[in-house]
Amino acid sequence: MSAEALTRRPQRQPRRARFRWLTYLLLVLAAAFFLLPLYLVLVTSLKVPAEINLATTWQLPTHWNWGSYATAWQAFAPKLRNSLVLAVVATAVSALMGSMNGYILSKWRFPGANVVFPLMLFGMFIPYQSILIPLFQFLRNIGLYGSIWGLILTHVVYGLPITTLIFRNFYAEIPDEMVEAARIDGADFFGIYSRIIFPLSISGFVVVVIWQFTQIWNEFLFAVTLTRQSSQPITVALAQLAGGEAVNWNLPMAGAVLAALPTLIIYVVLGRYFIRGLLAGSVKG
Amino acid sequence: MKLTRDRLIAIVMLLPSVVLLAIFVYGFIGRTFYVSMTDWGQDPAQALALKPELHWVGLKNYLDLFTNFIETRFRQDLVNTFFFTILFLAGCLGLGLGLAVLLDRDVKGEGLFRTIFLYPFALAFIVTGTIWRWMLQPQGGVNMLPTLVGLPKLQFRWLTARTQVLQFDWNHLPFALGLVVAAVLALLAWRAFRRGGGLAGSVFGLAASLTFLWAFTLGRNAQPLPYPERHGFNLAFIGIIIAAVWQMSGYTMALYLAGLRGIPEELREAARVDGASEWQLYRHVILPLLGPITLSAMIILGHISLKIFDLVFAMAGPDHPATDVPALLMYLRSFRANQFAQGAAIAVVLLIMVAAVIIPYLYSSLRGEVRR
Repeated sequence: MSAEALTRRPQRQPRRARFRWLTYLLLVLAAAFFLLPLYLVLVTSLKVPAEINLATTWQLPTHWNWGSYATAWQAFAPKLRNSLVLAVVATAVSALMGSMNGYILSKWRFPGANVVFPLMLFGMFIPYQSILIPLFQFLRNIGLYGSIWGLILTHVVYGLPITTLIFRNFYAEIPDEMVEAARIDGADFFGIYSRIIFPLSISGFVVVVIWQFTQIWNEFLFAVTLTRQSSQPITVALAQLAGGEAVNWNLPMAGAVLAALPTLIIYVVLGRYFIRGLLAGSVKG
Repeated sequence: MKLTRDRLIAIVMLLPSVVLLAIFVYGFIGRTFYVSMTDWGQDPAQALALKPELHWVGLKNYLDLFTNFIETRFRQDLVNTFFFTILFLAGCLGLGLGLAVLLDRDVKGEGLFRTIFLYPFALAFIVTGTIWRWMLQPQGGVNMLPTLVGLPKLQFRWLTARTQVLQFDWNHLPFALGLVVAAVLALLAWRAFRRGGGLAGSVFGLAASLTFLWAFTLGRNAQPLPYPERHGFNLAFIGIIIAAVWQMSGYTMALYLAGLRGIPEELREAARVDGASEWQLYRHVILPLLGPITLSAMIILGHISLKIFDLVFAMAGPDHPATDVPALLMYLRSFRANQFAQGAAIAVVLLIMVAAVIIPYLYSSLRGEVRR
């Protein structure tokens, strides 16, 4: 499955027009279901707290109040920076390692590879609760508990299965003959990687980077158990802000928008690659 | 295959990842198994020690979870996960397939609709949960929607609902589970016989009869608890299921749409030439071809739903018994109450449930790959 499979449209005969209106009616209703929460978030975040009233929830604000965003930005800027550092570093490292692994597993078949690979893959499906206590203890013992670096290490390691999987399936499409030809020309292991594989990997990297960045930015379980106040990513800060009782809802809503924007922008701008990543997440190439 | 210098380099380059995963996945899982059979957390002085002194207690923590009256919350959590998974899967598959079929009918603005249906998937579960917590406030949001078209507002209390339906007694579970397992085995036996696998069929058939026998004798009389304990579906989950379907049905749609686009147009034309109506075309040609995708989607969504954590955390808070799930209880036990051994036992139960879904899936998809 690839993203092209999703967008490629075979030439078709124009279909009978019966029930056309019903198709569109259902699609518009579904679109409303998906968009209503977004609308509610935006109008709530733009109201002054006094105007947020359950009875008038769905109405547009009478005064447009951008103050919530300023307040939320002030409260969240350090957390957003934590998330950014975390997501960028962990994504870069796990993508590079995944690319190397994918290259080795697809082009340098060695005995035992078809045992090692499934064992690696299993790591991306486990409930992380099942490794959380030893991980917590391990990070405390090596002095990384509570720091952003402990969280980065965690995301690099548990990101390896999916990055390896995507690159392995991606490199399987590169003909073995190309690798063979380069080898006859005298290229060694690294020569083949830097001259053949890596230059052909750009779109593979885009898919992996988008996928990993989104996953790591959005992750919560590791973030809430392995960080302290100063190293918290945005998801933890948002959960704390919204979880308190008697909240002014304009603030969590503005915070939710800030937390969602980076991944939403990626999705809207690079949607094609995003879809390819999520289809790759289902193991089969 | 001779061991050239390059092949050696390849193995060395793969080694760091293999070692890291061996430790962080398998080593840590092994450690969690061990911790779950100790008393870690019982002695507060040891709870947060860097090198805690642990005492072996065997399966005690597991027996407590399933048969001790103080752990009734865990058993309700399992029941919650069961109902959540069924309804979440039904919602995602139904809506996802419906949207994919609609979009496959040459609609104008398909790209726009696709973007709208899929954007929630790019959001964090925490963001979705925050949004839907606001949507489901008892006096506003969704409950006020009918007033926009002049209808009376809804009165449902969503996340704070207290009603439980479809109740059953925990003591009936061994019997019911026995019947289900026996039925599945009987089905496997029937399939094996139909494919001409006499030996496999006999083995499955024998296992099915033995399980039936067990269910009606020992299973029927098994009494995990000395008194009846009612569990059922908490209606407070309905809102969480809606939010989860809102987030994940676009993903399901994308899977189905990729499948629909992969069906050659000639096949549809052939069916139409044979006089099949649109309905018959879908019922007899297209849906059967989407079977494998449905199975993959069920497994991916199913393992997400068994692990669901952030969404419930954000919508109802971590410590809200009516909407609790094992993943949350594990977090509370381990990281709020420092009862690490109990937390580890819950984590192992969770891992076994997920593994039961994922291992057959990995096995069959990778085996298919080798054959191809």
